[in-house]
Amino acid sequence: MVDTASQQVDRAAMRRERWRLFTRTLRDNWRLFVGSKIGPIGLGIVIFFVLFSASYPIFMAVTHNPRIYDPVTGFDYDLMPTSNPHPPTWSHPLGTDVYGRDILSQLMYSSGHDLLLGLIAAGAGVLLATLVGSIAAFYGGIVDMFFMRVADIMMLFPFLATLVALSALMNVSLLMLAIFLAILTGFGTTSIILRSQALQVKVKPFVEAARVSGGSNFHIIWSHIVPNVLPLSFLYMMFSVTGAIFTEAALAFLGFLNVRMSLGIIIQNANTSGYLIGTRLATYWYMWLPAGAVISLICAGFYFVGRGLDEVVNPRLRER
Amino acid sequence: MPDTVTATDALIKVDNLSKYYPLASGLFSRVRHYIHAVEGVSFAADAGEVIGLAGESGCGKTTTGKLLLRLIAPTNGYIYFNGIDVARIPSGGKLKAYRRQVQMIFQDPYESMNPRKTLYDIIAEPLAVHKIGNIVGREQVVADSLARVGLVPPETFMFRYPHELSGGQRQRVAIARAIGIKPRFIVADEPTSMLDVSIRTGVMKLLLELRQEYNLAMLYITHDLAVARYMCERLAIMYLGRMVELGPTEEVLQNPLHPYTKALISAVPVPDPTFKREAIPIKGSISRPVDPPSYCRFYPRCPVATDYCRENKHPPLEDKGDGHYVACYNV
Repeated sequence: MVDTASQQVDRAAMRRERWRLFTRTLRDNWRLFVGSKIGPIGLGIVIFFVLFSASYPIFMAVTHNPRIYDPVTGFDYDLMPTSNPHPPTWSHPLGTDVYGRDILSQLMYSSGHDLLLGLIAAGAGVLLATLVGSIAAFYGGIVDMFFMRVADIMMLFPFLATLVALSALMNVSLLMLAIFLAILTGFGTTSIILRSQALQVKVKPFVEAARVSGGSNFHIIWSHIVPNVLPLSFLYMMFSVTGAIFTEAALAFLGFLNVRMSLGIIIQNANTSGYLIGTRLATYWYMWLPAGAVISLICAGFYFVGRGLDEVVNPRLRER
Repeated sequence: MPDTVTATDALIKVDNLSKYYPLASGLFSRVRHYIHAVEGVSFAADAGEVIGLAGESGCGKTTTGKLLLRLIAPTNGYIYFNGIDVARIPSGGKLKAYRRQVQMIFQDPYESMNPRKTLYDIIAEPLAVHKIGNIVGREQVVADSLARVGLVPPETFMFRYPHELSGGQRQRVAIARAIGIKPRFIVADEPTSMLDVSIRTGVMKLLLELRQEYNLAMLYITHDLAVARYMCERLAIMYLGRMVELGPTEEVLQNPLHPYTKALISAVPVPDPTFKREAIPIKGSISRPVDPPSYCRFYPRCPVATDYCRENKHPPLEDKGDGHYVACYNV
């Protein structure tokens, strides 16, 4: 090289520069996210529920007696057995259900499990969808055809009926449901959306530039197509969390899931014991309203975060 | 094609190169139509030589460039690089070894860089793919390349993203990426056509300097004859996938022999209002080379065409003296 070769690069300065530019990018994106207004509200809700459910094991270990506060087997002998369900008191801020179990600890227990289920199902599903979409778009032809026909099958899959049949054959746990939903989103709708994004990326000249540089198919998919699909993947991950939690609540309500306690089961208990009828609905509000509100809020939280991310990911949505 | 067109000891030698694209036909239809994007192209380039490839849009310039880099597999013909037949290298290790020695500069500086990568990642990509040097060494190479193309100080540019740069700066980054692995042959696909006129000269000068430094052979694709005159020692004119004229740039531009070249040059505006040049009209417009007839491609538009042109195959490139080759029966 020319005279510049003699100048050694100042590596420490370079690392500082890299860090500065990296944090600047983060800061810019954060500003866009905050600017969307709806995004931070969603993030606040999600963080609240994460803390809400994370505090449950701490309460159980420190202040709460598991004999009283266990979501399934707990019973408060201080309240008369006949007086259940009991309206809110200081020791049971959201009252007790028909079996004398503390509703607040049921909520805390199940919202944690629901968050986990939603994140696992959406995370695994979108990871799968990103890979399937990128690979289908990149290779095209028979590979593309195969994955897209699989996607068609997944979209038309009668999954509720399948789950009913499955729950008759075996105990469907939360993890199994998460895997089931992940496969549905991973090979289904989300993979079609991410494939179309990957198709746009695939024809960009930088893919050709990578090819000229000797990059293998794996290199091109992994370091050029996937990074350009990933922002959209995150967006759809947020939206599919919502779907997963809704599905779980619905299935638990219908009694198809083998779970100890769940938001859907809380409402189901209220329903089967006859407290969701007529004027009782208002009197026994604490039996169904908190659980319903938690489902709605968690779903809204993730949806709002998704909308906020949409603003960051989709430059066309930005106000100029 | 006679061997006189292509010197045998050249760095890169192209012989009778063709690429046909099948046209989508009905599902069970047996009739296949082909677009003859590039047909029977032959030339050779020595180390340190810039060959210009000019012609109107759709004449197969870019396809030729991509064929040379095996971005597209050729239908027919041979590409010899250092005596190795590139057209028939199986994909894999040997193709990768070939790509270790060639690079491409793309037309569009906005689309030819991954928007999610920093300039360091972009420029170091060829090095990383070919596993040249360690990370420290690559940082040094990237810094040197950036400094060489005039993006100084390199530390401030290294971890920026392409969208933070202007078009001219991006094209300099593209050049830095191309020279990082010290290639021997570069295909430059209209590298200045999307740049502002005021910065074109800078980029062209840089390319010429680099050619000197690295003894690079270059295929310079352009539609601008003034750029070709500035950049290239030899100039090839293409029409509908066929090479119609090839020779020393000045010779081709001052003394064009093929009727198409004449028409092309007569269309270049001259900044002199009193200048009167003989206008050479050609009729019709460029068509798509779908299943072209075997006679001269330029026949339907040619002002000097005769029956002989129609009854014979496309004329071969013939030497008219001083390495000036023309594919026309009437010259």
